[in-house]
Amino acid sequence: MLQGWVIVLVAAAYLGLLFAVAYYADKRADAGRSIIANPYIYALSLAVYATSWTFYGSVGRAAADGVGFLPIYIGPTLGVVLWWLVLRKIIRISKVNRITSIADFVGARYGKSQILGGLVTVIAIIGITPYISLQLKAAATSFNILLSYPVLSVPPPAASIPILRDTAFYVAMSLAAFTILFGTRHLDAAERHEGMVAAIAFESLVKLVAFLAVGAFVTWGIYSGFGDITRKAAEVPKMAALFTPFSGAGPTYASWIGLTVLSMLAVMVLPRQFQVAVVENVNENHLKKAIWLFPVYMLAINLFVLPIAFGGLLHFASGQVDADTFVLALPMAEKQELLTLLVFIGGLSAAAGMVVVETIALSTMVCNDLVMPLVLRIKALRLAERQDLSGLLLTIRRGAIVLILLLGYLYFRFAGEAYALVSIGLISFAAVAQFAPALFGGLYWRDATRQGAMWGLSLGFIVWAYTLMLPAIVRSGWLPASILSDGPLGIALLRPSQLFGLTGLDQITHALIWSMMANIGAYLLVSMMTRPSVIEQAQASRFVDAFKLTGVHGAAPLWRGSASLAELKGLVSRFLGPVRAKEVFATLATERDLHSVNDLEVDADLVHAVERQLAGTIGAASARIMVSSVVKEEVVGIDDVMGMLDEASQAIAYSHELEEKSRELVAATRELQAANERLKELDRMKDDFVSMVSHELRTPLTSIRAFSEILQENPDLDPAERQRFLGIIIKESERLTRLINQVLDLAKIESGRAEWHVGVVDLVQLLRNAADTTASIFQETGVELVLELPEHPLAVTADEDRLTQVAINLLSNAVKFSPTHTGRVTVNLREEGRAARVDVCDNGPGVKAADRELIFEKFRQAGDNMTGKPHGTGLGLPISRQIMTHLGGHLWVSDAAKGGAMFSFTLPLADASNLAAKEWPHDQESAHC
Amino acid sequence: MTKKVLIADDEPNIVTSLQFLMERNGYEVRVARSGDEALEQVGTFLPDLVLLDVMMPAKNGYEVCQKIKENEAWAKIKVIMLTAKGRDTEVSKGIALGADAYTSKPFSTKELVTKVRELLGE
Amino acid sequence: MRNASKTTILIALFLLGTVLFNYPLLSLFNLPSTLFGVPVLYVYMFSAWAVLIAMLVYTFEHH
Repeated sequence: MLQGWVIVLVAAAYLGLLFAVAYYADKRADAGRSIIANPYIYALSLAVYATSWTFYGSVGRAAADGVGFLPIYIGPTLGVVLWWLVLRKIIRISKVNRITSIADFVGARYGKSQILGGLVTVIAIIGITPYISLQLKAAATSFNILLSYPVLSVPPPAASIPILRDTAFYVAMSLAAFTILFGTRHLDAAERHEGMVAAIAFESLVKLVAFLAVGAFVTWGIYSGFGDITRKAAEVPKMAALFTPFSGAGPTYASWIGLTVLSMLAVMVLPRQFQVAVVENVNENHLKKAIWLFPVYMLAINLFVLPIAFGGLLHFASGQVDADTFVLALPMAEKQELLTLLVFIGGLSAAAGMVVVETIALSTMVCNDLVMPLVLRIKALRLAERQDLSGLLLTIRRGAIVLILLLGYLYFRFAGEAYALVSIGLISFAAVAQFAPALFGGLYWRDATRQGAMWGLSLGFIVWAYTLMLPAIVRSGWLPASILSDGPLGIALLRPSQLFGLTGLDQITHALIWSMMANIGAYLLVSMMTRPSVIEQAQASRFVDAFKLTGVHGAAPLWRGSASLAELKGLVSRFLGPVRAKEVFATLATERDLHSVNDLEVDADLVHAVERQLAGTIGAASARIMVSSVVKEEVVGIDDVMGMLDEASQAIAYSHELEEKSRELVAATRELQAANERLKELDRMKDDFVSMVSHELRTPLTSIRAFSEILQENPDLDPAERQRFLGIIIKESERLTRLINQVLDLAKIESGRAEWHVGVVDLVQLLRNAADTTASIFQETGVELVLELPEHPLAVTADEDRLTQVAINLLSNAVKFSPTHTGRVTVNLREEGRAARVDVCDNGPGVKAADRELIFEKFRQAGDNMTGKPHGTGLGLPISRQIMTHLGGHLWVSDAAKGGAMFSFTLPLADASNLAAKEWPHDQESAHC
Repeated sequence: MTKKVLIADDEPNIVTSLQFLMERNGYEVRVARSGDEALEQVGTFLPDLVLLDVMMPAKNGYEVCQKIKENEAWAKIKVIMLTAKGRDTEVSKGIALGADAYTSKPFSTKELVTKVRELLGE
Repeated sequence: MRNASKTTILIALFLLGTVLFNYPLLSLFNLPSTLFGVPVLYVYMFSAWAVLIAMLVYTFEHH
């Protein structure tokens, strides 16, 4: 019944079933009714951890060293205990930052480093290749064994068969095709594969059921329970030794611990585990159930390992059947066709599940973290300008899947035969364990740097390659065995399996110790010696503080720049295709409570959201390049960023500002003080003025009041005296009036509120009028007035009334200071250049040189040193000078030729022709002087 | 014995009025028109009272007052300061220099006469 | 249960697990005898494993 075509058909049918499950799940997901959004599916999908290694290899391992198969499951169980703390943080970070793989995660953590992402990818591919070869080996072996049913045979070494007749090759190619169909049907922005997860959960059930079935059959079908098998095994010394494996038959405690730790790490850092546990996680609360369901699954699938191993050892003669195939060989030997087929399906299931998820995860890494960053940098390809790159992305991934499986096949063909299944797998575990320091360190250690991660990963990987990969190559016969036994070039200290003379350990533990020492040592040391860049610091805090940041928008990136919405749309549709791009932007608009996509504002938040969307497809590093190709990013200078990041520098900037402000304040205060001084000075001057005015007003008032009271109280005064007193009162009243008028006049002129009627004036006529006005004073005092005026009119531009006022004032002054009866005042007018000049000379005492400017100040009369006080207000000359200055002329005093004072003023000449039109008034009203 | 009053002021009309008032009340009056002249008159005329204007040419009223009060021979001479500046500081300055009374212009003739009589002990 | 105390419990469980599945406890059960017809070491391993899982179930499901 179990002919080749039947087996192939059943296998194909089973893979078809898986595909159907996946298809159904995808359809449900598209309809928004996800079937994987529950913790049980999530927990079952985690069981992709159990591969052919578990299904076939555990029994082989148990047959050789008893409990030696268990650390691979106990380690993860211990690790799972801490998942709620560690894995949940990784999930949170990955969701917020749209992390698509472990390479992406590590690269993103250390400043979105492309090199680091690429390095992780390369290590993963090289490291995982043996693991994939293990699956191919198991699947091919089980197929070949089944083909010879019911005869139990040991298949010939693969190397002796031509490739085209090698089952493993066809297994590899069919799995490649299956994976391509499975995982790269379309491109998802979040790199999530609902269908795949559903199928994986399904296959996890199948392999568990198959293994439990064969376990139960062996335990109770072939033998009669655990006790029976144990009793029979106890009789065989070689098997009895496995009861106490730590006594020499099995693992040492050191290797037990080594494998436990290794598996604890591997269950998180294996690319496929990262894929299902982190990337495909729908809800981080699913962890709560998975944390105990996953260990339950591992416990269940291991329950019958020992009975099957003992059963196989008891059943088959030594060397007749490879212990790695006991699971299949036992039901075959018992002619259980259906059970055999079920076991085959279970094993195929385990292998296919691993291969599918692993290659999808790896192809994503290859595409996003290795190929795209390189391709996008090659300007000649002009990829950045292509309209739709989603096709290219899928092609790269499909190519990567085929390539990875081919690599796995090649490894199987050239090196796989030398090792048992578990040993092959452990080599891979040790390789991916190199990610652990950078991954977990990056979650909690803020100061870890890209350089540190680079050095740690590189050195760890080199040591791994030397201590594990090199021996594998040597054992396959590709290099001389002396390298292992004597060391390269005969240097015993460098023997790959006993590096630096470390012996007494199994190969894996030995490699783990040295590689981790190198890895962690370099990671710590280099991180401490290097300074993280700005973007590294930013990413570090986003990762380390993941639980503190709330929501997707919690961590606004350091970004300043400008981009148009159209450019961003174009970018997204190039990578995701127009349809998905439309959805993406519609979602973004909805999230921001906007009615239309066109209302979206291109700010740091939106650009970051777009970058995250792209990161989901092409990885964080590539997304950053692409986004910055459209976004005209301003170069965020180190100073700016330090200003933004560093509170200290903000404080410094603030204090600088403060200093500047206080400097300004001091300057302002100084200015204010100066202004205040000026104001005080003005105030003092005003006070003095007011005081002076007050004094000048009080003086005539005093006389007026005194004489009024005298007249009132002395009615018997003789008429002549009465007349004299009244005359004084009248004169003083006039003086008071004059004073008041002049004070007001001066105030008006000084404040600029005086009215000026400026026109062309004949100065000759004006002086004549002034002389007429003052004629009576001259007569009274007997002072002679001599006018020396030109015969033709002399035109000047002036306010006629004001200028007359000046002339009268000067004449009155001259009279005042001229000696009575012998006095003589001369008025001389002449042209001097382009000006008219008037001199008023008297033959009085003159003005002392020291007083010549003083007399033009208010209330300073040149009478202080004279006998008898002159009658004047002390305002005449100040007012006159103000007027002359306003009219554009000058007024000054000097010595007259014959002694006495000479007051002179000049005025610019005007065009005389303008005088004709002007009517000249002959009667001038008396001006006050 | 007729008391003697010296009037020191540079404002002729005020002098006229003061002279009339003092003579009307029976005092012997002399007039000085500047600070220097006032001191000279004090020495020769030896008045019982001086009506002293603050604002005068050649030595102001304060200086004259100070000079009078410094001289022991003139210590009994009463001084009434007259000023057109009505500030409080002027008043206190005059009093500090030893003036016996202080009157601001314009003054009430009745009050001035009363004050003169008081100071002369009448 | 509050998050903080859950963290404490989980760390305690982890430490318990590392002790249970490590030298020297393992050496105590590295005996040639059997229990319920199964070698003692295996009985111990699976029992300890089950207990650890039970505690996890208690931690996440009971509260």
